Amino acid sequence: MTLSPAWNQFLFGIYPYLCLTVLLLGSLIRYDREPYSWKSDSSQILRAKTLRWGSNLFHYGILVVVLGHFAGFLIPEWAIGWLLSPGQHQWLAMVAGGLAGLVAIIGLSLLIGRRLGDPRVRRNSRRWDIAIVLMLWFQLLLGLATVPMSAQHMDGATFEVLSRYVQGIVYFHGGGAALLQGVPWVYQLHILLGFSIFLVSPFTRMVHIWSGMASVAYLFRPYQLVRTRKRMVRP
Amino acid sequence: MKVRAQIAMVLNLDKCIGCHTCSVTCKNVWTSRKGMEYAWFNNVETKPGIGYPKDWENQERWHSGWVRKPNGKLVPKQGGRLAVLAKLFSNPHMPQIDDYYEPFTFDYENLQTAPELPTAPVARPISLVSGRTMDKVEWGPNWEEILGGEFSKRSADYNFEAVQKDIYGQFENTFMMYLPRLCEHCLNPTCVASCPSGSIYKREEDGIVLIDQDKCRGWRMCVSGCPYKKIYYNWTSGKAEKCTFCYPRIEAGLPTVCSETCVGRIRYLGVLLYDADRIGEAAATENPHDLYQAQLDVFLDPHDPDVQRQALADGVPAEWIESAKHSPTYKMAVEWKIAFPLHPEYRTLPMVWYVPPLSPIQAHANAGAIDSTDHGLPDVDSLRIPVRYLANLLTAGNEAPVTGALKRMLAMRAWFRARQLGQPQDPAMLAAVGLDEATAEAMHRYLAIANYEDRFVIPTAHREEAENAYQLRGGCGFTFGNGCDGIDAKAGLFGGKMGRRKMIPIRMIDDDT
Repeated sequence: MTLSPAWNQFLFGIYPYLCLTVLLLGSLIRYDREPYSWKSDSSQILRAKTLRWGSNLFHYGILVVVLGHFAGFLIPEWAIGWLLSPGQHQWLAMVAGGLAGLVAIIGLSLLIGRRLGDPRVRRNSRRWDIAIVLMLWFQLLLGLATVPMSAQHMDGATFEVLSRYVQGIVYFHGGGAALLQGVPWVYQLHILLGFSIFLVSPFTRMVHIWSGMASVAYLFRPYQLVRTRKRMVRP
Repeated sequence: MKVRAQIAMVLNLDKCIGCHTCSVTCKNVWTSRKGMEYAWFNNVETKPGIGYPKDWENQERWHSGWVRKPNGKLVPKQGGRLAVLAKLFSNPHMPQIDDYYEPFTFDYENLQTAPELPTAPVARPISLVSGRTMDKVEWGPNWEEILGGEFSKRSADYNFEAVQKDIYGQFENTFMMYLPRLCEHCLNPTCVASCPSGSIYKREEDGIVLIDQDKCRGWRMCVSGCPYKKIYYNWTSGKAEKCTFCYPRIEAGLPTVCSETCVGRIRYLGVLLYDADRIGEAAATENPHDLYQAQLDVFLDPHDPDVQRQALADGVPAEWIESAKHSPTYKMAVEWKIAFPLHPEYRTLPMVWYVPPLSPIQAHANAGAIDSTDHGLPDVDSLRIPVRYLANLLTAGNEAPVTGALKRMLAMRAWFRARQLGQPQDPAMLAAVGLDEATAEAMHRYLAIANYEDRFVIPTAHREEAENAYQLRGGCGFTFGNGCDGIDAKAGLFGGKMGRRKMIPIRMIDDDT
């Protein structure tokens, strides 16, 4: 897919920052102003059986996928280069990401079937609950579609371009959008949809991901919690 | 020693008539909202029965409460911290709504709008969850009311452990009791321990266990953590909710709604002082039979000057110590030992205790074919409800304390029956069960007369320690809903005290689906 330079600059140079800004600021404001709305919104109590496979497959799969994206794109070249050649790196990403993505999309398909097909869950779904699972499903599909595409050129070149683009966004290098000119449309759509998911996240149940990360603190806290209403009065 | 105070409850099952007034008044106040139709912070079960939710006492099925590891450490039965996090995506031990019951209404409109029919129009049940017509209502909040259903199903009751239960299915031998249940506000709550976001907490001042609604993320591990299944997941708001012990009333010195409205006057509320440093040790007592005694040992004597001194040093207000001396719960649980914790084997150290019910003497006993013990008191083994059944419910199967309590209650009754009938009263009868005349008089006053001021001895909370009254004085005037930012306002995202609703942890939400 070839875009005009202006469109290319907007979609891959500016839009990502809009999305990330809304994600961070939106999450922060929602956390501060609407803490009661901040939740995972589980529907397990309504129907447990279909959730068990669907949710576990999806979540464990997507965790590997997301961590893989962070690790694969953000670990700098000097830290990984001595261990893996770009080709090997790409191969690892394709196999690990492909398998985890497959697990996640199977799980998500089960969850979508449950959300749309089970009258209890369907009736208690907000519009965004349905929209976000569909967005995630297409994103996984696009991600999986990149695997056979990458298999056609195992030299790691495209992988390196994408890696430089992502690092450019994260480290504010600027000018990264130009790198994507001429990259196959599957990759481009995957990037656009990915940032769009960031964009809508603060307005959906996706905010529970922050809390999921925060729940690691649970591993280090005492079992019992006691609170007092007494104000801390300075002597 | 670290002294803390808790408002504890005792329920005298001997007088519960199973009228469900407590459940209904509680529901009207707290859970008459969408998403909470199925939730009863207080419910009354007919025992024997599997209860609500189904089979809740069977922890082999629900994996709730604590287990003691061979090295003496306690872990939630559903797993340690890592195992809890690993189950966030799908909690394998959480009941589905059908394990409580599918909430329903009826199609009343059809009664108005049905055309002329050869038969009377009916109002069919409609599920509140799916909105669809239900063929049949399969279960309800009190499906086993007054021994409803077949004995073969009811007898799955976990408390029949080690009881020859088959004979109790026969009409002549059947027995029944009521068990009103609410959150136990435990000293060692598994719900608190299971919450990955740390939203559940015990209040230091009065021991009430609450869920911070703004901090709850709906991870649901508390639902499976609580062995009493007294945390409910609100399927509309996506938050867990539980019995609040009517804390706004308790703070004002008023009894909880369930206690206030109890027509049988079976509920008692009073302060218990306890040693917070000994909770862990008591909960980890090796033999479950000793857990009842271990919990008793955690309670402190409010008449002991050392305890009083330490309590003041630890910040327990003076009038709370004074209230503890007159506490009905202290008298019943500690002094008279007629009240017991519900299922101490879960190791949560529950703080809602129960006086076991006496029951009619079995028919063959009336016919004179039974042993009666000394002084003409019937043998507790001739009571209809098997002692072992009560022991399984209240003392982890240890029969001796339950037998002792039933004997003291029988002796107290016999003592007052004799007085009523003008017959000679035999102090030896009381002495035989470890009572003296003054104690029997006091037991009669608390159990039989049960005056309001004896049942509820609740010191008020010290709000002046909690809030700055400057903000409460009504000088705020018109605001845009962000509250009246007082002098101690913590900085929020936009400055000032916004988005914090700590004062009311349960917030009503409108139907927004």
